[in-house]
Amino acid sequence: MNETQPALTSQERDELRRQGVLLTSLEELYNWGRSHSVWPLNFGLACCAIEMIAASMAKFDIARFGSEVFRPSPRQADLLIVSGTVTKKMAPHVVRLWNQMPEPKYCIAMGACAISGGPFKQGYNVLKGIDRFIPVDIYIPGCPPRPEALLHGLVQLQEKIRGQALTGPEAPRHLRSDDACDCPVPELGAHDIEPSHAPGVWSSPSLVRPDKG
Amino acid sequence: MDTVEHVRERLLARFPGAEVTVVPNGSPAGQHSLLISAAHALEIARYLRDEPGLAYDQCSNVTGIDWRDREVIDIVKDSQPGAPGGPPVVVERKVKRIEPGYLEVVYHLYSLARREGPVVLRLRTGNRSTAVSVPSLTPVWRSCEFQEREVFDLFGVVFTGHPDLRRILMWDGYQDHPMRKDYVEPDDYEWEPTPHGDVLTKAKRHYPAPTAPGMTNDE
Amino acid sequence: MFDANPAASPSARVRKVEPSSFGFQPSSVPPPAGGGGDLLEISLGPHHPSTHGVFRMNVVLDGETVVRLKPVFGYLHRNHEKLGEGTSYLGSMPYTDRLDYLNSMTNNWAYAIAVEKLAGLTVPERAEYVRVILAELTRLLNHTCLAGFLMQDCGCSGTPLMYAFRERERILDLFESLSGSRMMCNYQRFGGCRVDPTPAWLAAVAQLVDRYGPFLDEFEELLTGNEIIMARTQGVGRLPAALAVNAGVTGPMLRASGVGHDLRKVDGYGVYPRLNFRVPVGDHGDVYDRYMVRVLEMRESISLLRQALAALPGGPVLDPKAKQRGLRPKAGEAYGRIEGPKGEIGFYLVSDGTANPYRYRVRPPSFVNLTVLEDLCLGHTVADAVIILGSIDIVLGEVDR
Repeated sequence: MNETQPALTSQERDELRRQGVLLTSLEELYNWGRSHSVWPLNFGLACCAIEMIAASMAKFDIARFGSEVFRPSPRQADLLIVSGTVTKKMAPHVVRLWNQMPEPKYCIAMGACAISGGPFKQGYNVLKGIDRFIPVDIYIPGCPPRPEALLHGLVQLQEKIRGQALTGPEAPRHLRSDDACDCPVPELGAHDIEPSHAPGVWSSPSLVRPDKG
Repeated sequence: MDTVEHVRERLLARFPGAEVTVVPNGSPAGQHSLLISAAHALEIARYLRDEPGLAYDQCSNVTGIDWRDREVIDIVKDSQPGAPGGPPVVVERKVKRIEPGYLEVVYHLYSLARREGPVVLRLRTGNRSTAVSVPSLTPVWRSCEFQEREVFDLFGVVFTGHPDLRRILMWDGYQDHPMRKDYVEPDDYEWEPTPHGDVLTKAKRHYPAPTAPGMTNDE
Repeated sequence: MFDANPAASPSARVRKVEPSSFGFQPSSVPPPAGGGGDLLEISLGPHHPSTHGVFRMNVVLDGETVVRLKPVFGYLHRNHEKLGEGTSYLGSMPYTDRLDYLNSMTNNWAYAIAVEKLAGLTVPERAEYVRVILAELTRLLNHTCLAGFLMQDCGCSGTPLMYAFRERERILDLFESLSGSRMMCNYQRFGGCRVDPTPAWLAAVAQLVDRYGPFLDEFEELLTGNEIIMARTQGVGRLPAALAVNAGVTGPMLRASGVGHDLRKVDGYGVYPRLNFRVPVGDHGDVYDRYMVRVLEMRESISLLRQALAALPGGPVLDPKAKQRGLRPKAGEAYGRIEGPKGEIGFYLVSDGTANPYRYRVRPPSFVNLTVLEDLCLGHTVADAVIILGSIDIVLGEVDR
C-alpha cells in the first residue's frame, strides 16, 4: 500500500502460507473479497444474452466464480455485461443503467456487437461500440462468445480487480474524487443520437501507426 | 388453386369501376400479383376476406418497396421535309425522360379456410415525396396494424384510416425513412477496429492525414 | 404515447375498451367499469427481467388490473433488412441466424426456401431429410427453452429453466459438431446443406431422440399437472380463434386457439408430406393451452425425428449446379415460408437481376403474434401480462430485426 519496500517479499509470504501463517495486506484482502463476489446486472440485449444465461446454467455454472447472483436492479449490481447489439434507441437506456449502478462497478463488452457493432456495424440504428459511452473493462470477442469465453472474461476481470491499488493515481474511480462516475446520457435526435459519442469517455484513436515511422 | 386472373375476374365482376392489373412475376416462383387502385382498395380487401368463394382470411405479410425514379430512353421518330419534291425523311432521336418512382405496399394474403394462397396485393403511391398516402387495410386484417406502422416508419408511406399510425421501430422524434433507397446513414465511422470493405471506405474519411513522411494510415 | 392531459378524468384518459372497429371484443374479461380509482402508468421494460430481452410495454393500471397496454418496439432494431439489401444472397444467410437466435436452423431453411423459389433451384432428397432433422431438433430446443422461460415468468424460478438448458446444451453440441457453431449455424445453402452429416453424428441424434421422451416425461411430471401452474395459467390470456386468424397469429399460438393450421401440413414443403405426424390443437386458447400444445408438438417432433432418421437416403446434400456465391436470380420476386417453432417465418425477396436483392423482407412470426398482446392482457393483472407475454414466445432479434 505504500511506496516503500515491502517488509516481506512475495516468496517469503508464500512460504509462510505454506506453513499455515496467513499474512496479507488490507488491500489484498479487500480486493480478494470484491473479486469473488461480482454481481452482474440481469440485463440481456440480444443473442449474447442467451449465451450469458447458458453460462449461468448447470453446464457452465458461473456460480463457481461467485457471480451467479444476477440482480434485476442496477442499484444492487457490480457488473454490467453488455451482452449484444446496442442500438441507438437503446443506448440512452444502457448509459442510464450504468449511471444507476453504484461504484465500484465494472463493464464487460460481450460479443462483437457490443465491441464495435459487429456484423450489424453498417446499420443506421446500431451503436458502433458501447465504449463510446461507458468505460469498458473487458472485451470478449465472438459472435456470440461461448459461455466459456464469458467465464474467461470474468476471470480476467477478477484479476483486474485483484490488481487494483486502493490509493495513489492508479486508484479505481470510486476511491477518487477527481473522476466523475456519471457518463453523459445521449439524446435521441432527429437523425441520430446526440452526441454520437461521449467526448470524455471515448475519442477516436489515431490510426497513424508509430512503428511505420 | 386460384390464379390471379381468376381472382381479378371476380374482382372486376364485383367492382366494375375498379382498376385491377396483373403484375407478372418473372421469377420461377410464379407468384404474380394484383395491383389495385387506392380508391377501391378497402372494399376489394373486404370482399376478398368475406366472400365465401375467396375467403382470404389471413394477411400474412405486409411490406413496402421503394422504387426510385428511373431514366427511360424513348426513341421518337420525327418526319422532316426532305429534299424538295422528295419524300419526307424520318429522323430518329432518343428522348430521355424520368419515369417517376413510387412507394409500393405489398400484402400477402392466404386463406386458412380454403388452404389457398398467396394472393399478392400491391398498392402504389403517386410519388415518393408528396403523394404518399394509401388506404390502410388494418380495418380488414388486424395483422396489418404493426406491419403497416413499420412501413410508415421505414418507408414513409402514410396509411389513411390506420387506428394508430406512429413510428414503431425508430424513436418518435426521428425524421428519416431509412429503408428508402436514397437514405444516407449518419457518418459515425470515426474508427473501426477491423475495417474492411465498405466500412473501411467510410472509416477512411475520418482518418488523419499522414503527419510525417513515411507514416501511413493504410490498413 | 398516452394522452397525458391532467384535466381529463381518468376514464377519459384511457381508451374506452369497447367492441373495437375490428369487430372483436378485445378481451374475454370485461374491463372495470368507469375506471374505479386513479390510474397508474408504468413502463415495463426495456430493461426488465421478464420481457425476454429489450421489449417494452407501456401499461396503464387500475389498481393491479391492466386497462391499457401498448408495446414499444425497436430497442433491438439492427437494420437486418437494410443490410440484406447491401449484401449478396449468400451473404444474408449468416444474418438470418441472428434473427431468432434460438432457432438459427429454421431461419436458414426459410431463407433457403425463398431463394430456391426465386431462382428455381431443386434440393437433393438427402438434404430435405437432413433439413427436417435439424428443424425438428430446433423445435425441441425452442419449445423446451420456452417452457423453461414461461415457468420462470410464473415465478417457478430456476429448476425448469435449468432442466431446459441442460437439454438445450445437448442439442447445441450436435449443432456444433455439424456446423461448427453452437448458435449461429449458417448451415443451409441454396439447394441443400453445407456439410453432410456423418454416421456418427446421426447415431448421436438417434441417441438424443431416444432420451428426449423420458426427459419430457420428467419435465411434464414436474409441470403439467402442477396445481400452482394450472391456477396461474388456465383461463389467462384467452385468444379467440377468429381474432387469432384475423390478426395473423401463427404457430403454436394459433393452434392453441383451436385452428389446426400447420404449414408443414398446409404447404407440404420439404418431405413433410411423406412423414406421419399429428397437429396438436388446443381448446381454450389460454396460456396453459399454449404450453400444452408445445409439449405435444415436441412429442410429435420426436416421432418425426425417428421417421426421418430411419428414412434418410444416401446421395449428395447439395445440388452441385446450384450457385452459391454470385447467385444472380433473374428479375422477379418470391415469398417463401416455413413453419418455424414460433410460427410462420417467411422471406420476401425482390430481385432486379443483380447480385444483391432489391428488397429483402423478413416476415417475423413473433412480431405479428404480438399484435394481440393488448387484447390478451386487458382485464388481467400485471403479473398475468408477464406470463401472457411469455406464452407468446418472442425473441427480440426477430421482433425488431
